[in-house]
Amino acid sequence: MIDTKTNITQTILDALTASGNKVGYMPDAKVVEAIRYVEENGIPNNKHEDYKYCNLEAVFRKDFKVIGNKFNSVANVDVHKLKNAHNIVVINGEYNESLSDKISGIKLSTLANAGSELKAHITKYANVNSDAMVALNTAFCSGGLFISISGIREKPIHIINVVSAKENAVINPRQLIILEKSAEVTLVESFVSENNSGKVFQNHLSEVVLNENSKLKSYRLQNEDENSHQVNTVQVDVSRYANYNTNTFTFNGALVRNNLNAVLSGDLCESHLNGLFISSGAKLIDNHTLVDHQKPNCESNELYKGIAKDKSTGIFNGKIYVRKDAQKTNAYQSSKNILLSEDATINTKPQLEIYADDVKCSHGTSTGKVDEAALFYLKSRGIGDENARKLLLQAFAQEVIDKIEIEELQEKVIKLFEKAL
Amino acid sequence: MITIKNLHASIGDKEILKGINLTVKAGEVHAIMGPNGSGKSTLSGVLAGKEDYDVTEGEVTFNGKDFLELSPEDRAREGLFLAFQYPVEIPGVSNINFLKTALNEIRAYRGQEEISAKDFLALIKEKQKIVELDAKLTNRSVNEGFSGGEKKRNEIFQMAVLEPKLAILDETDSGLDIDALRIVANGVNKLKSKDNATIVITHYQRLLDYIVPDFVHILYNGKIVKSGGKELALELEAKGYDEIKKQFEETV
Ligand SMILES: Nc1ncnc2c1ncn2[C@@H]1O[C@H](COP(=O)(O)OP(=O)(O)OP(=O)(O)O)[C@@H](O)[C@H]1O
Ligand SMILES: [Mg+2]
Repeated sequence: MIDTKTNITQTILDALTASGNKVGYMPDAKVVEAIRYVEENGIPNNKHEDYKYCNLEAVFRKDFKVIGNKFNSVANVDVHKLKNAHNIVVINGEYNESLSDKISGIKLSTLANAGSELKAHITKYANVNSDAMVALNTAFCSGGLFISISGIREKPIHIINVVSAKENAVINPRQLIILEKSAEVTLVESFVSENNSGKVFQNHLSEVVLNENSKLKSYRLQNEDENSHQVNTVQVDVSRYANYNTNTFTFNGALVRNNLNAVLSGDLCESHLNGLFISSGAKLIDNHTLVDHQKPNCESNELYKGIAKDKSTGIFNGKIYVRKDAQKTNAYQSSKNILLSEDATINTKPQLEIYADDVKCSHGTSTGKVDEAALFYLKSRGIGDENARKLLLQAFAQEVIDKIEIEELQEKVIKLFEKAL
Repeated sequence: MITIKNLHASIGDKEILKGINLTVKAGEVHAIMGPNGSGKSTLSGVLAGKEDYDVTEGEVTFNGKDFLELSPEDRAREGLFLAFQYPVEIPGVSNINFLKTALNEIRAYRGQEEISAKDFLALIKEKQKIVELDAKLTNRSVNEGFSGGEKKRNEIFQMAVLEPKLAILDETDSGLDIDALRIVANGVNKLKSKDNATIVITHYQRLLDYIVPDFVHILYNGKIVKSGGKELALELEAKGYDEIKKQFEETV
């Protein structure tokens, strides 16, 4: 049998079509367009520039040739909840209303029940012709989640995404999140797994719309088990005066690929993208970010830190576009990484494309080992090797952890960080 | 306390210590002087367990134990403290957290239980006074953005908290203003007892006016070429190293 690209892609397409719980909210034309894009381009492999170090095709070929798409039921997610937040539960890609908190004053439903707003927004931001994983999600997305916020919400909203596969499964959860004009909210997304007895590939897609003067502070906490693979695409549209702030923490999962794309489509808006990851074992954690400055007087900041252990691979690729109209742009990007073993790998690549002339842009990346002089200094005071390294790695990560403004979330992240070290 | 016998150490192909012999007993203060590059910091680094050096010959015993066998952290737990000539800045690690971790690991090694938060704070307060270290500094990251003199005071502050048996002060006086010199020296003197010992590495008699040594050694080209009482330092101050250099040049 010849194992060609089209074969595995077709196998996946056929299997997903067959398992077909078609939700019906996606316009047929989009579905057709999306399937055509996947067929023509295939599941991304290392020949695609953007997936050079993250060969998804190989993952599908190895573990998802046969997809049972059977799931365990999950009855209780209390351990994952945040006390001082509205907790919303999504299980195996489906919104679970009975486990979720009722929240008054916001619009919250499945995408299928989102009503008139859906048409105005769905697929408008995440272009099906940009990436096969976006297309795959568009063709096969599940019931999905729709949230629309107006006004200022004090209490954070926490979406708990649980996967629990009984047999190998591929799921395509989708979210549409809208902040109305001058709305403000904090959104936490946890990605966890419970008793996976099969492997699961979660191709998660969010379209996020920040209308004028709105403010989103968001956190993603990715801590699934070693049976879980995840592509997490977030496509954000940031309007005039709006402020998008997001922090991605990745501590576990066999493969995690984040595509975080912020389009600054209005003037005088800002985006802040921060991330921290620890990769261990043979895992691969890949953060691809894009900040697209389309209008003048915007600011973007980016700080990603990574620690790679064992035989793992960490990737950071940060694109910044500054379009011709985007004069007076301020864009900063920094990626700092520590390798804890000879066999671990970090690949970093800043990509700046600047077409305006009056801009301030800077970027820096570094990859090194634990500072030996500092390590010796600590040991010379009686601190053992393990604790000394821990102190230095905590210090390294602190800058990102300090950005968390929710105390219980920060405690949780610190715990997971220490556990992952 | 410590016995160093025929200690040879090198970096790569370069031999830096060429047969050091030195014995320091409890209650004593030894001064080591010597021209730049003679190997003083190398000696303190080798004793503290810095891995850059290869010990090619010789032995070091510390309170009866083969010291060269021990990891740097175990040497500290056994009671060695090195006040560095160039203290390292460690951004993000708070002084307090660092010292508490160090103290508790030393205590655990000695079979003592963890110090309570309350006792630790009291200890910190007490020791801060000894070196007149600004309380604000202890809350900052280890040495980060400290002035040269503040770094040196912080070394002595750490020493005061950890209460070592043998302290090696590697040019702790350099970078200190006149007042700070007196404060640090007084701090060292206050911590002195009949049970601990101090090795002071310095270029200047100034410090030895305050911390009066029982013995003075001259380290030149990786060897101790001359030892004597405190008058040897005065002699050096007056005459410089010329005579020593002339005398030992041939043997290089
Ligand atoms: N990492 C190294 N690589 C190569 N040579 C080194 C290294 N460290 C020290 N040396 C050399 O070893 C010799 C001794 O250095 P050391 O720092 O011990 O001198 P010192 O007596 O403390 O001098 P100073 O009075 O200037 O502090 C010097 O010639 C120095 O250049
Ligand atoms: Mg020196």
